[in-house]
Amino acid sequence: MTQELFIASHCHISNNMVSLNGTTVHEQKGTDFVSFAKSAYKKFDIDYSKFFKMDNLSKLAFLAADLLLKDDNIKEKQNIALVFSNRAASLDTDRRHQESISKNDSYFPSPAVFVYTLPNICMGEISIKHKLHSENAFFIFEKFNAQYLHTYTESLILEKKAEKVLCGWTELDGEKYKAFLYVVGKSGIFTHSTHQITRLYQNK
Amino acid sequence: MDRTYLSYNSIISSYGFDSPSAIESIKKEVSGLQVFEDKAILPDRFCASRISNDKLDKAFDRMRPKEPHTKLEKVLILALENIISASGIELNERVGLILSTTKGNIDVLQENSPFDENRVYLSEMGRKIKNFLGFQNDAIVLSNACVSGILAIAMAKRFIRQGRFDHVFVAGGDLVTKFILSGFNAFQALSDQPCRPYCKTRSGINIGEVGASALVTKDIAKLDDTSVEILGESSCNDANHISGPSRTGEGLYRSVISAMGQAQISPMDIDFISAHGTATPFNDEMEAIAFNRAGLQNAPLNSLKGYFGHTLGASGLLETIVGMHSLHSNTLYASKGFREMGVSKPLNIIEKTKSAALNTFIKTASGFGGCNTAVVFRKAAV
Repeated sequence: MTQELFIASHCHISNNMVSLNGTTVHEQKGTDFVSFAKSAYKKFDIDYSKFFKMDNLSKLAFLAADLLLKDDNIKEKQNIALVFSNRAASLDTDRRHQESISKNDSYFPSPAVFVYTLPNICMGEISIKHKLHSENAFFIFEKFNAQYLHTYTESLILEKKAEKVLCGWTELDGEKYKAFLYVVGKSGIFTHSTHQITRLYQNK
Repeated sequence: MDRTYLSYNSIISSYGFDSPSAIESIKKEVSGLQVFEDKAILPDRFCASRISNDKLDKAFDRMRPKEPHTKLEKVLILALENIISASGIELNERVGLILSTTKGNIDVLQENSPFDENRVYLSEMGRKIKNFLGFQNDAIVLSNACVSGILAIAMAKRFIRQGRFDHVFVAGGDLVTKFILSGFNAFQALSDQPCRPYCKTRSGINIGEVGASALVTKDIAKLDDTSVEILGESSCNDANHISGPSRTGEGLYRSVISAMGQAQISPMDIDFISAHGTATPFNDEMEAIAFNRAGLQNAPLNSLKGYFGHTLGASGLLETIVGMHSLHSNTLYASKGFREMGVSKPLNIIEKTKSAALNTFIKTASGFGGCNTAVVFRKAAV
């Protein structure tokens, strides 16, 4: 049952900057998240019109995942589980839905907003784009929790629930956001340990 | 590898504040749903199961709280306290806590809420519950749409098998709120009558509120007379649509096949299916297709939504607990609300509650985001 796992690649998105495996690959200062996300979408030649219907959390997670899944030469049918976490769940969109129902004279809830009031929807978006029929799990922690992510990822691969796991932190709360996603598998650069995960999370 | 079991359990619901109160009513085919006119929640009439605030406050005050708690925190604390004391497990560093919910304290966003907005963060809810009950480890909160409750059981098993915990207390809950009902109503999915899963004349879903809890353990000394072994579990995404199920039932089909594979059983070994059955045409049809593809069309099947409504992040856990009682009392519970077949593929819907020799069941759930989960359980010898 002991088999060493590795981190194959990782991606950060925060402060209007995208980095892949430690190298900055896109930057656009002085804009809000929506404009920044659009600039990244253009920069990385993502041709996927559904992107513009997504809520901000989904856009953030989608961009980070797209870079890694494209870069990792991952074949379509490979079983890659998604294990994401954050602090605010889908609160950014929850507030929008709440706004639409709080006053009787402007009561107008929208299904297109309501469907995004669940944090796991962003994993659904990624699964659709990359045709992943794999396991999704979304955890909520007070802060980034390398230990629980590490244990859960190990269990998925060792018990053959997945060949690889795309996991990490996708947090968006108002104008504050941060994505840190990494791919774990049987080969890679860094040993899959809580120490390495924490180190990569802290280095941008 | 350690075997893992589900044992002590509790259901806080419109029926009462323990599992037997719900089970006794289900046995008699009595629904916990009721029609409400409450404009603070929805402009129109709606049908739901709700926990009485007065009874909840009375029960909770007996626990001598030192600070105010939200309704959902009270429900979850009561559900957990019931099984912590019944199991006699000391809450040390080898004991985990997993909470499953879709929206947690979402009612805190309402203008009239007495609580600080910080309370809407799920980790804050987890911290309040952890501290009240005296857990040493932080709560692991799982928010994975309508599969949360059943996925939480699979998750607890995995943390135990990885050696992280010896015991995990799992609790799930969601409330009937303006937030939720307005959203489902915008989808035109709500029925103002008790729901009728798989029935030709169904008219949509009902939302229900419960708190459910169960102990997941590898310690056979901590089994009770409802215990089951967790034999196999799987979770697969449809990769098709974020708000509609796959027309081929792809994710559910794959989950069922994979869970049965891990359990090393065939469709013949499944004594009944505790299905999702929300009573929306798309969901019910998708399940019928998936179960037929998996060769499970002859297995007796029920949906418990006609008793509790759809209890969202609690539903998978709640319905597993009812399944545990069903196994140990050798009784198949009727799929309440069903009258005539309303799906295109054959299913063996349980129309009347009846006795049968039972050993094994499969619990399934599906949710927004295209997620599906299936878990196989077998009666544990006590």
